Amino acid sequence: MNIYVCIKQVPDTEASILVKEGRSINESNVKWIISPYDEYAIEEALKLKEKLTGSKVTALCLGPERVQNALRTALAMGVDAAVHIDGGAALDAQGTARALAHVIRSDKEFGVTFLGRQAIDDDACQVHLLLAEELAIPAATNVLAFACDGQKVRVEREIGGGTREVIEMSVPCVVAAAKGLNTPRYASMMGIMKAKKIEIRRVALAETGVDEAQNKVRLLKLSAPAEKPQGRMIPGEPAEAVRELVRLLREEAKVL
Amino acid sequence: MAKIGLYIELQDGVFKKSNRELLSLARKGDHAVHAVIFCADVRPYLEELQGVQTVIQVSGADLSYQPDRYACTLATIIEEFQLDACCAIYSAQGKDLFPRLAAKIKSGLVSDCLSVDLEKRQALKPVYSGKLLAEYQVEGGRALFTVRPNVVPVTPAAGGQPEVKSASLHDGEPRTRIVQVMQSAAQKVDLTEAEIIVSGGRAMKAQENFCLLEDMARVLDAGVGASRAAVDAGFASADMQVGQTGKVVNPKLYIACGISGAIQHFVGMKTSKVIVAINKDPEAPIFKKADYGIVGDLFTVLPLLKEELKKALG
Ligand SMILES: Cc1cc2nc3c(=O)[nH]c(=O)nc-3n(C[C@H](O)[C@H](O)[C@H](O)COP(=O)(O)OP(=O)(O)OC[C@H]3O[C@@H](n4cnc5c(N)ncnc54)[C@H](O)[C@@H]3O)c2cc1C
Ligand SMILES: Nc1ncnc2c1ncn2[C@@H]1O[C@H](COP(=O)(O)O)[C@@H](O)[C@H]1O
Repeated sequence: MNIYVCIKQVPDTEASILVKEGRSINESNVKWIISPYDEYAIEEALKLKEKLTGSKVTALCLGPERVQNALRTALAMGVDAAVHIDGGAALDAQGTARALAHVIRSDKEFGVTFLGRQAIDDDACQVHLLLAEELAIPAATNVLAFACDGQKVRVEREIGGGTREVIEMSVPCVVAAAKGLNTPRYASMMGIMKAKKIEIRRVALAETGVDEAQNKVRLLKLSAPAEKPQGRMIPGEPAEAVRELVRLLREEAKVL
Repeated sequence: MAKIGLYIELQDGVFKKSNRELLSLARKGDHAVHAVIFCADVRPYLEELQGVQTVIQVSGADLSYQPDRYACTLATIIEEFQLDACCAIYSAQGKDLFPRLAAKIKSGLVSDCLSVDLEKRQALKPVYSGKLLAEYQVEGGRALFTVRPNVVPVTPAAGGQPEVKSASLHDGEPRTRIVQVMQSAAQKVDLTEAEIIVSGGRAMKAQENFCLLEDMARVLDAGVGASRAAVDAGFASADMQVGQTGKVVNPKLYIACGISGAIQHFVGMKTSKVIVAINKDPEAPIFKKADYGIVGDLFTVLPLLKEELKKALG
């Protein structure tokens, strides 16, 4: 099966994010990583490849030059091929999905495509489902359990309060990963060496026929949220402190 | 005057609390509000929907949630009633349904909104895990928004009885088929919509000790959350994790017990209206983020707190 995995490169979870000129962020001290949910997507893609002999995993990433590093990391984890869609940093979710779909569709035998349930920069929570609609194939998001026999896919997803939906789909389909699906592997030394020799295929955004002028959602402004004032420590013996806390929650904060 | 559609979400026939927030949002302007409900009989919900211009009742043989059918039905309704903008709750279902709808009607969607200007089609939403806020404009076509629970102040329903119209469920064969819904054995509160959450970290030490939190949660009618360290150690299940790779929660009260306050946890609960931290280390970073802090051993503090809450609320 030709398996695909779409990954996004995002600032490290610890990075402090500063606004630059109203609509972008200051990238000067940012360390870039693969968005955490996309690591679960890569792992599940690799597990599926191991299960279905003769399969191949291709990683896709849309973004500027720096995203080649994210693709290198995916290759080092065991992905077989990588495609860099060059550009499109300001595309909206639908534009991104259409560009990704363009590449996947050019492979007549695409099977399961894995994504993360959410990218932790724009937190849009959309590209996976938009991609599936664009390809006119089934999709499930927030997936915690995945099984596939080559033709049929069965997944479980969490829908709140621990309740799970069981979903059945036929291949090709889209699966968006949540934490809990698996434990992503680390790249081995051998994997890193091997990855260096693989050529990343570059696709210019223009080739996909998508451009930012078609955006339906436009970013007007980024801003830092108001900081919370420093809170209050409640002193005293535990019994006394607890009594005071409950009083404050009722009378001052009015949340009880 | 804009024509606004609201996707009213029912859970096992129960009118979800966050629908009131959608209704309050739509009431703020001078809009013609259309509430869409998938159910066999809208009458039980009409009191909540007072003042809404039109209630669109979607009926069909099997109304159980199937994303493709629901999305196709909504797409038809939006076209038929010429709705300018449509809102849903940013719930598990909203997250699943609205992106599919957006693709079907080729319109822009802003998800997880903290506020929405329906007239201007602008919305504010958290990005970079809440480290920044982004303001978006939806251009052309229809405008779609999903709204984070517990952010819109609720105003009472008022006004005349809505006119009820009917629509039928799209009955094509769904591509994506939900074959079963498995309730968790312990009927848990959905954290993303909970009003109060008590959360435990690595310091809970064992799965059994989570009963300390569950006892207190029962008194408060709260949900129980956990840090990733507690989930990874097997003390709590994955669906309980709060934070960057878990759930983003927004309760009015969040009580963090034995949680250090790492950035990845904080981004998942920072918008809680009031944060209480209980930690034995006075230097724990969580205290810098909490509204109220108690330094102490949680195994001493929690039982006392539960009793005190019982007294106060009993
Ligand atoms: C990519 C990525 C994603 C992540 N996503 C998440 C996420 O979604 N959610 C999340 O929570 N974390 C996440 N993390 C992990 C995060 O960085 C922290 O490691 C984690 O939150 C720590 O959990 P903790 O506070 O329970 O444990 P610790 O940091 O070990 O803190 C335990 C605290 O308990 C206190 N304590 C100990 N004993 C007692 C006692 N008897 N009474 C009172 N207090 C006591 C200690 O003083 C300490 O402050 C992520 C990390 C990465 C790298
Ligand atoms: N620029 C991109 N390149 C590749 N995959 C992407 C890109 N943006 C989003 N995705 C995928 O879509 C998922 C959801 O992203 P989002 O809708 O932005 O939250 C991510 O977890 C990725 O798997």
